[in-house]
Amino acid sequence: MTETVPGSTPGTTRISATPAARRAIAALRAELGGPVMFVQSGGCCAGSTPMCFRDGEFLVGDVDVLLGDLDGCPFYIDARLDDAWGRGHLLLDVAAGPPEGFSLAAGAEDRHFVTRSTGCAAATP
Amino acid sequence: MLYVPPGGAGSIVTVAPRYENFIGGKWQAPTRGHYRFDVSPATGNPITEVAYSSPEDVELALDAAHAAKDAWGEASAADRAAVLLAIADRIEAKAEMLAVAESWENGKPVRETLAADIPLVVDHFRYFAAAARSEEGRTTEIDKDLVAYHFREPLGVVGQIIPFNFPLLMAAWKLAPALAAGNCSVMKPASPTPWSILKLMEVIEDVVPPGVVNVVTGPGGEIGKALATSPRIAKIGFTGETVTGRLIMQYAAQNLIPSTVELGGKSPNIFFSDVMAHDDDFLAKAVEGLVLYAFNKGEVCTCPSRALIQADIYDEFMARCLDRIAAIRQGNPLDTETQLGPQVSAAQLEKITSYVAIGRAEGAEVLIGGQRAHIDGEFAEGYYFQPTVLKGDNRMRVFQEEIFGPVLAVTTFTDDDDALAIANDTLYGLGAGVWTRDGTRAYRMGRRIKAGRVWTNCYHQYPAGAAFGGYKISGIGRENHRMMLDHYSQTKNLLVSYSDKPLGLF
Repeated sequence: MTETVPGSTPGTTRISATPAARRAIAALRAELGGPVMFVQSGGCCAGSTPMCFRDGEFLVGDVDVLLGDLDGCPFYIDARLDDAWGRGHLLLDVAAGPPEGFSLAAGAEDRHFVTRSTGCAAATP
Repeated sequence: MLYVPPGGAGSIVTVAPRYENFIGGKWQAPTRGHYRFDVSPATGNPITEVAYSSPEDVELALDAAHAAKDAWGEASAADRAAVLLAIADRIEAKAEMLAVAESWENGKPVRETLAADIPLVVDHFRYFAAAARSEEGRTTEIDKDLVAYHFREPLGVVGQIIPFNFPLLMAAWKLAPALAAGNCSVMKPASPTPWSILKLMEVIEDVVPPGVVNVVTGPGGEIGKALATSPRIAKIGFTGETVTGRLIMQYAAQNLIPSTVELGGKSPNIFFSDVMAHDDDFLAKAVEGLVLYAFNKGEVCTCPSRALIQADIYDEFMARCLDRIAAIRQGNPLDTETQLGPQVSAAQLEKITSYVAIGRAEGAEVLIGGQRAHIDGEFAEGYYFQPTVLKGDNRMRVFQEEIFGPVLAVTTFTDDDDALAIANDTLYGLGAGVWTRDGTRAYRMGRRIKAGRVWTNCYHQYPAGAAFGGYKISGIGRENHRMMLDHYSQTKNLLVSYSDKPLGLF
């Protein structure tokens, strides 16, 4: 378990990131010349992984909850999914393996973002 | 029986060092010359290399499809049906080879690909050959001199994005209706399982007119997006998770084209007390019906991952099920005795492990399994997880989130209304199972469950001709039925006047 860094809007944020995730975000920002966005997914093959896009790529609607932002990169979750997940605090991390869906990789080609629930210590293996 | 891994001495599956894209009836190297290893989840070792394509390759595939679309769209129904039947015959002749290839690439046990995946692929092409051949338009006599003729016309070129869990069957579910309706396809296989679809193309390449089917492999973020956003496709079909599903619909909206999205589930499997009224074949079938959560390693959108058992039979019924689960054989997917293979990737294995930890932390009781399974010898590095059962409450995350692994969440209910409330307390609505000897109860429950498919006294059967698709956030559209011809066609109406008289307005 790595040290966590809180999001940039203390008090309201429900998302934080490990140093590895912060480094991946910095690498993506440098490569793309601008911020990315994260959208938490659910269901099927790549379910429960966060998808990472160029900021603005995914059309956010009224059903999406902004959990906070990470170095200027917003993190959204569908409100229904948020309810089903117990509206907890999520931790963004990086794991081995390529990304799924249309997601950008986590800095390097064979790395992808994952979210871990920080509501319970056991949920962060 | 034990099959030799693809490429090994004496294997029925030949493996080339690398595979290119299948475009315009030819094998074409990716424009930028990049390839990636394709790994078997059983060993973690590479099988071969496949093209790691870029958007230019999608454009080449679209060029080929557009070049082919007029001739294919104008082919007679009999000619199109003949091609679909020839595809089916080819696959049937190579069924064993394809079953072994798909098993080795995906990790699913070969007993499943031999008995289910490949025979269903063959039947799917035959079903849509019949559907195309027997299709009729409708005419309406508006009045004695005015007639509305309705013709089906192909959409043109369609984009199809295939998931990793049934690489060949999901390709067939999308390809067969698209071709039957006279469309050409550009297909993108899932990143973990591109090779078995390329083996399928080898089998059918000389019976499909060039450009009618095109396959481009590579990263979803680049080529999946390039395909889905292209103004040169007339429809996009997708199976996967919710965020990509929304993106697909967003891109389709921007291009004003239709989309079909199938997006996963958390399906309830409901067992009423009367399943234990007799100790007979029906009870054995119901027990197997619960254990089917481990089918395809649980990597199924319709996985019956929530078992709801009537409280008065819970102890005895669950004991029988746990005995059956404890007897599941895990190991080499190419051994026909193996019932549970490795998960498709290390990432999937990690996710499943994390969910079991979440379940434990929420207070779920682990009835069996609960951790990575270690298989000796050459499969020590395989991505195996023990068949697992968690007992808990439907509000727990492990009851609400799709785990996509051999993990069952089990709970009890008191009566029909309680069962229905729990069954419908989910964001998803793809599949459901109802087990009872009481036909009236089965009918009523089936009609009240909010899901696109309610298996009644069976589960995990996917015959062509039974419509399949989701309610709620499980998706939009249906597959696996001749109604798909509607989804892959335009309706052309000729409104014809046989009267010589002017309207008299001007």
